[in-house]
Amino acid sequence: MERSDALALLDLADAFVGLNLQHEKKIGLLSGQTLVNLFFEASTRTQSSFELAGKRLGADAINMSPRTSSMTKGETLIDTAVTLNAMKPDLLVVRHGASGGAALLSQKVSCAVVNAGDGSHEHPTQALLDALTLRRSFGHIEGLTVAICGDVAHSRVARSNIALLQILGAQVRLVGPPTLLPAGADMWGADVFTDMKKGIAGVDVVMMLRLQLERMDGAFVPSTREYFRYWGLDPEKLALAAPGVKVMHPGPMNRGVEIDSVVADDPAVSLIQDQVEMGVAVRMAVLASLAARQSGSAR
Amino acid sequence: MSARPVAFINARLVDPESRYDGPGALVVQDGAIAEVFRRPSIENLSADVTVIDCDGSMLAPGLVDLRVKTGEPGAEPKETLKSASRAAAAGGVTSFVIQPDTDPTVDEPAMVDFVIHRARDIGLVNVCVAGAATKGCGGQRMAELGLMAEAGAVYFTDVDKPIVDSKVFRRVLAYAKAFDRLVAHRPHDPYLSAGAVATSGEFASRLGLPSVPAVAERIMLERDLGLAEVTGARLLVDQITTADALESLARARAKGVRASASASINHLSFNELDIGDYRTFYRLDPPLRPETDRQALVDAVASGLVEVIVSAHAPAPAEDKRLPFAEAAPGAVGLETFLPALLVLHHSGGLPLIDVITAATLAPARMIGLKCGRLTAGAPADLVLCDIGAPILIDAEKLLSKSKNSPFDRRRLQGRIRLTMTGGRVVHGA
Repeated sequence: MERSDALALLDLADAFVGLNLQHEKKIGLLSGQTLVNLFFEASTRTQSSFELAGKRLGADAINMSPRTSSMTKGETLIDTAVTLNAMKPDLLVVRHGASGGAALLSQKVSCAVVNAGDGSHEHPTQALLDALTLRRSFGHIEGLTVAICGDVAHSRVARSNIALLQILGAQVRLVGPPTLLPAGADMWGADVFTDMKKGIAGVDVVMMLRLQLERMDGAFVPSTREYFRYWGLDPEKLALAAPGVKVMHPGPMNRGVEIDSVVADDPAVSLIQDQVEMGVAVRMAVLASLAARQSGSAR
Repeated sequence: MSARPVAFINARLVDPESRYDGPGALVVQDGAIAEVFRRPSIENLSADVTVIDCDGSMLAPGLVDLRVKTGEPGAEPKETLKSASRAAAAGGVTSFVIQPDTDPTVDEPAMVDFVIHRARDIGLVNVCVAGAATKGCGGQRMAELGLMAEAGAVYFTDVDKPIVDSKVFRRVLAYAKAFDRLVAHRPHDPYLSAGAVATSGEFASRLGLPSVPAVAERIMLERDLGLAEVTGARLLVDQITTADALESLARARAKGVRASASASINHLSFNELDIGDYRTFYRLDPPLRPETDRQALVDAVASGLVEVIVSAHAPAPAEDKRLPFAEAAPGAVGLETFLPALLVLHHSGGLPLIDVITAATLAPARMIGLKCGRLTAGAPADLVLCDIGAPILIDAEKLLSKSKNSPFDRRRLQGRIRLTMTGGRVVHGA
């Protein structure tokens, strides 16, 4: 993504934030268009956020959550794509458990596809909403130092954020246990830390990542309590960050594992609720831009 | 069988045994090479000889491919012995070795016999059989190596499954030695590589794909080389891929360990960046490596450290490949594109043609005791005639394999195969 494209999306999203605060929240930009939410992986907030975004823009939004066993996951993806394509949707939002899932699906359908998360690869709208949240909170992104902490290795949120934050001029740090830092991450232009106290020293933003429960208990880290001790965000560690530090989390949170409730619920530092609010606006911006591009190419 | 002799004139002969690469002519009679001339024309040919004017095309021994999978028996929709044979003939491959990891496994003499007879009935190219090293390729109990050797198994391998139990592998090596058979083993630590579809590093991390560190290959290889050393057995390191492992191999060979290695044409042709858009035709086992490893592998072929190149033909039908990358079946078909892909190493890689051809003819033939791979009077008339400069565009849909999973799809290569001959019989081309 180009810096100018990212900024244009953020500007458009900014406008939608205002719209979402009005009593009448609906506009007809996408009226008559069909938005299909295709979620192979369960998600509450991303799916409802896309659904709301589509409906506020006047689209007909339907949700599909194909039940999948791991055995037939892929088969279902292609089969579902072909079936859906025959129904002529205009916008397809897809989340899939495999990296490259959205890209594969986009080859098999003729409408616009939005990646709502593919495996450990990318989650672009999350990065955009995080950027919007930061820009509205700090007034700028350029020059900020952001520490992304936790299970970076398996996190699509981290990958998309590293890319976008750097495009927008922020300094990125990665912090986590050595078993959850991806190989070669030091080549991504980010500073890598295994010591969280050093990693968040002086940062403007601490972005926490969710640790999947199955990765604790000896697989990647010995236990949740050990994880919390060294990589959980508590007031003591947060005190090392820059004055005015803000805390983010893509949700859903494991309270007491990666983040202390005291921090998560402190309105003075936590941007977590703002992230959810920005999510709808950013997704409206993404859907509206895609629809504009499609009708442009149809002409 | 054609009783009439055939004379190839105006050829560029490439003979690995004498290391001759130059103008020549050759006469085939009764299924064997009768005479070889180091000049383009033959005087006083009798009238009953069929003359083929090669127009300067390369005439070389037919390729010998030590690693081919089909789906027969057990998974015929993937590939049958017949479709693989047709693909081989079209690709200039005149001998190939079937891998034993079929359903049922080729782990007893009757199965060896079955495959050999099935292939003989097809009668296009020479099909040899590798037997399983352990029962069911399970890595636990030794298979009937002696009886399978007697039935015609040319070497032993558990194919893609590593024999993890070192005691079992030691016994397999020692036992196979008594029957003078090679044991092939693809080195990888199964714990490190479980679930992996890419090589660990910046690129795989960016793609978010489960990955295996390259050192998983060296770890197992060091064990294999140690056991080959203590048993004195002949080990074929199946599909070596990393610079790190090549160093270990060189060290062991310098010590006198009887280890040889093969490289797959895929790992000589592609690197990890090719998986960038999640194209599953590049989902291979072992996974594609960084460019530095690919280059080291090419250098190892050039230096002779890696003696053999294989196609690693592994058919996978569309339903097994049209999946997200990490869920797709590994492997690529390669028989039909083998020679043009090898020629890239010569055309753009700077390797002498004779060395490239040797690694896919004489070297593998010698390793398993076949008489082919040579342009010598008395050798079997297994030949390929190829216009090595002719541009071709690979179209996977047009390949003769039942599965079309070719990583060379849409690639422009050079090398049009004009004719393939097995045992004096033309099996492809005119």
